[in-house]
Amino acid sequence: MLLQASDVSKTYVTGGQTIEVLRGVDLELESGETLALTGESGSGKSTLLHLVGGLDVPDAGSIKIQGVDIARMTDAERAGLRRGDVGVVFQQFNLIPSLNVADNIAFQARLAGKDDADWNAQLAQMLGLSDQILKYPEQLSGGQQQRVAIGRTLAARPKLVLADEPTGNLDEESAAAVMDLFLGLVDETKAGLLLVTHSKSLATRLDRNVHLAAGEIR
Amino acid sequence: MIRTTFAALFSYWRRNLLQLMTLLAGIALATALWSGVQAVNAEARASYDAAAATLGEGQFDYLKDANGDSIDQSTFVALRRAGWLVSPVIEGQINGQRLIGLDALTAPVGIAPVGLSEQADLGSFLSGEGQIFGRSDALAAIENDVSADLVADPNIAPQTVLTDVLLAQRILDREGEFDRLLIASVQPNDRPKLTAIAPDMVRVGAQSGSDIGRLTDSFHLNLTAFGFLSFAVGFFIVHSAIGLAFEQRRPMIRTIRALGVPLGSLLGLMMVELLVFALIAGAAGVVLGYFIASALLPDVAATLKGLYGANVSGTLEFRASWWATGMLIALGGTAIASASAFLKLAKMPLLTGGQIRAHTMVAGRRANVLAMCASGCALLAFVLAFTANGLISGFTLLASVLIGAALALPLILDLLLRLSQSLASNAKAQWFWADTRQQLPGLSLALMALLLAMAANVGVSTMVSSFRLTFVDFLDQRLASELYLTVDETRAPEITDFLEPRVDAILPIQSTDTRVKGVETEVFGARVHSTQRDNWTFIDALSDPWDDVARGTGVVLNEQLARRSDTWPGATVAFDGRSFEVVGVYGDYGNPKGQAIISEEQFSDLYPDEIANNFGLRLPPDAVDDLLTDLEDEFDLSPDSTINQAEIKAFSLEVFERTFTVTAALNVLTLAVAGFAILMSLLTLAAMRVPQLAPVWAVGVTRRTLGKLELLRACVLALFTILIAIPLGIVLAWVLLAVVNVAAFGWKLPLFLFPIDYLQLGFFSLLAALLAALWPAYRLSRIRPAELLKVFANER
Repeated sequence: MLLQASDVSKTYVTGGQTIEVLRGVDLELESGETLALTGESGSGKSTLLHLVGGLDVPDAGSIKIQGVDIARMTDAERAGLRRGDVGVVFQQFNLIPSLNVADNIAFQARLAGKDDADWNAQLAQMLGLSDQILKYPEQLSGGQQQRVAIGRTLAARPKLVLADEPTGNLDEESAAAVMDLFLGLVDETKAGLLLVTHSKSLATRLDRNVHLAAGEIR
Repeated sequence: MIRTTFAALFSYWRRNLLQLMTLLAGIALATALWSGVQAVNAEARASYDAAAATLGEGQFDYLKDANGDSIDQSTFVALRRAGWLVSPVIEGQINGQRLIGLDALTAPVGIAPVGLSEQADLGSFLSGEGQIFGRSDALAAIENDVSADLVADPNIAPQTVLTDVLLAQRILDREGEFDRLLIASVQPNDRPKLTAIAPDMVRVGAQSGSDIGRLTDSFHLNLTAFGFLSFAVGFFIVHSAIGLAFEQRRPMIRTIRALGVPLGSLLGLMMVELLVFALIAGAAGVVLGYFIASALLPDVAATLKGLYGANVSGTLEFRASWWATGMLIALGGTAIASASAFLKLAKMPLLTGGQIRAHTMVAGRRANVLAMCASGCALLAFVLAFTANGLISGFTLLASVLIGAALALPLILDLLLRLSQSLASNAKAQWFWADTRQQLPGLSLALMALLLAMAANVGVSTMVSSFRLTFVDFLDQRLASELYLTVDETRAPEITDFLEPRVDAILPIQSTDTRVKGVETEVFGARVHSTQRDNWTFIDALSDPWDDVARGTGVVLNEQLARRSDTWPGATVAFDGRSFEVVGVYGDYGNPKGQAIISEEQFSDLYPDEIANNFGLRLPPDAVDDLLTDLEDEFDLSPDSTINQAEIKAFSLEVFERTFTVTAALNVLTLAVAGFAILMSLLTLAAMRVPQLAPVWAVGVTRRTLGKLELLRACVLALFTILIAIPLGIVLAWVLLAVVNVAAFGWKLPLFLFPIDYLQLGFFSLLAALLAALWPAYRLSRIRPAELLKVFANER
């Protein structure tokens, strides 16, 4: 089992109020499997994604990646996990503005010690970025920036890819093109994919579909 | 991981070269000003130490001929045979260098040249062609005039060469003659009296309590204070640059962390990055400081020579110690300047730290914190203003005044801008004031730098100018007599008889050492005359104090004695078995010892063995030259037996002009640094300004007008800052004169105000701000419309 989340709960305190974002969520994902996580705004999708990515820790429950409970890991161990085994594609791209496209694509792979120039070049070509390789993020359109972010995630060949509404900032046409590329590349790398999305049509393209409402899987 | 992360971090600077240059320049300038001043101080102190170590000047009593003539070798031999442990010294000039001849075998421990250098060798020093020691430049000046072995030694005083007394006699063509005989500290008890062996000799006391180092400490403290303020101004730039860079890198840092770099590693790498910058910029700063010091040193040397007679080398040695302190201050300053940025980064949550926050210095909770800190500093300053009585509390007062004012500046400016906004009558003016308020947080640190620079300038200029006025007054008081005469005690009666009909008054200057209320004190017996009544000013006195002194009931004390013994007019002091009422306290600048003045009659009663051999002579100024000629003809007095007051005053005032040159140079440098801080802040903020200005441009304000308004904004903010800086500078001067000076040296200098100087300084500060804003404003007025349109295209 690539990912096994059991009875995961998370609460936040905002403005003196305690909000239960996740309530006993269970989730499983096999290697090579793709899973869409849908739900209304505020249903806890992004929170669950952040917990699975080791960006935050649950208040209760366990999240195991390849059998290791990341909730019991130290900050440094979780950082190591994010470098090597888990890749996150953010809605806001989160590129490094002072690095060019080539360096942005290679960045995470270099951090993980898995830099492969040929694979990076292949990714850039598949993502239609070969002509933009020396440009900086500010010189690219939103769709191009998201393709760079996808390239960066896949360059490190993570076992688990997490994507948080990766096309949420793009127009319909660009979004469709980016998703085609993304899903094709995930398939090629045999990674497991957990995709957070609002789009039902996009969700149907994945192997499984889980709906989250008020912090619970329905 | 390390290399990749470091490359990503550094890529930010590669893409933001201006910010990198700001940071490096800030560290370099701050270090340069600090290390430059320290270099000047270190060089001067090294010169004093060298003088003291090689010549024993001021350390030992010595004998000299009462008439200022040379001492014959036979006198020296007679004294040695009688048991007097004396050592001969001869002195002269050779090619502009001071040549000192010492006797290595009899010189008191610590001052003979042998042992100063490893190259020295007693045999060579005493025999054959002999050896001459000195700094390389001094030796180079005499190498064609002597055949002795020249030995370079940087420990010898500047413009001085040192050799064996016999060789010196040969070089100076004064065989068998000496100028003075140093008296060893420990002497046999059974030696005969001096008058029995050498009646023509007078003993001159060591300057134990008033050595050059102590006298010049005040000057160096002031320079150090200036250097420190310049350093603080420089580090406002560093703090500003680091704060801005860290703020702008927040999204990148969040991304790097999200991609798997632990926070600890990231912080460590950022510290290494800053360390490298601090080392590079610090080294550049030390080199720059060297050039600043080289430029300042000739004037400082001239000032110290004139003020205190201290010989300071006019050229600079590259000393390892200030290299080290310069680098340490660069590293320490960078660490302090970046501490809050690192702390914020360490506390930044991974999931919510990505947004670049606008500078929110005057907003909300932060403004409250600033107000609280500023109020705390003000309260502390207020309490210390009344209670500070030591150096530490004095400097704490200084720091709390400056920090409090700097912290309060954004709040005061915000208040002034709000007020201006409420008075604005048209839309453009309202927008101008509102927009200026919005810009204030981003410019706050640069304006604080300007505030400190301007306040430092006002403070130090006020202090130096007050010092000058006081010193001139002090000269008038102490050098009221037209002529001063020093004679052999045995000849004093016949000389005073000769003078009696030729002058208006003879004022004997006689003194002895005693202790008053436990304080080491020099008691003077004064012949009370209109000279004192007309010229002496008191810090505190009863009415007609000199009348009480003349009657024998009163004593006047110098400020040092009054403060140390806490004895003020109205109190009674007793010493050597007699009581006096304290009737006045006078300023006695530069004297570390206590002084008490009683009447001539009381003095003679108390100390009958003390006979005056110094005299102040009152006579019409145009009769001075004739009298000097008469004295020389009648008594064969040497020129150094008399001192002409007019010449001393003229010389002293000339010295002050040199002091002003140093101060003016430092003023220009600190203002330049503050101007640089404003320039860099405006340039780094320029990119952020586009989204704020684009809507105004879109509704019909031309780019040219926007550029002009940017210029006006910088000037308005600078003007407000200057108006706050002037009173702050005066407070700073007061703290330096009335608190720090009292704690450090025991005397208080009065504060004078110099409005014209302040106006001039204000004008130059405004000019610095205007020049700094010129380029950013020009760039804004030339910005391409496409850049402004991007704001509306949501493509940024």
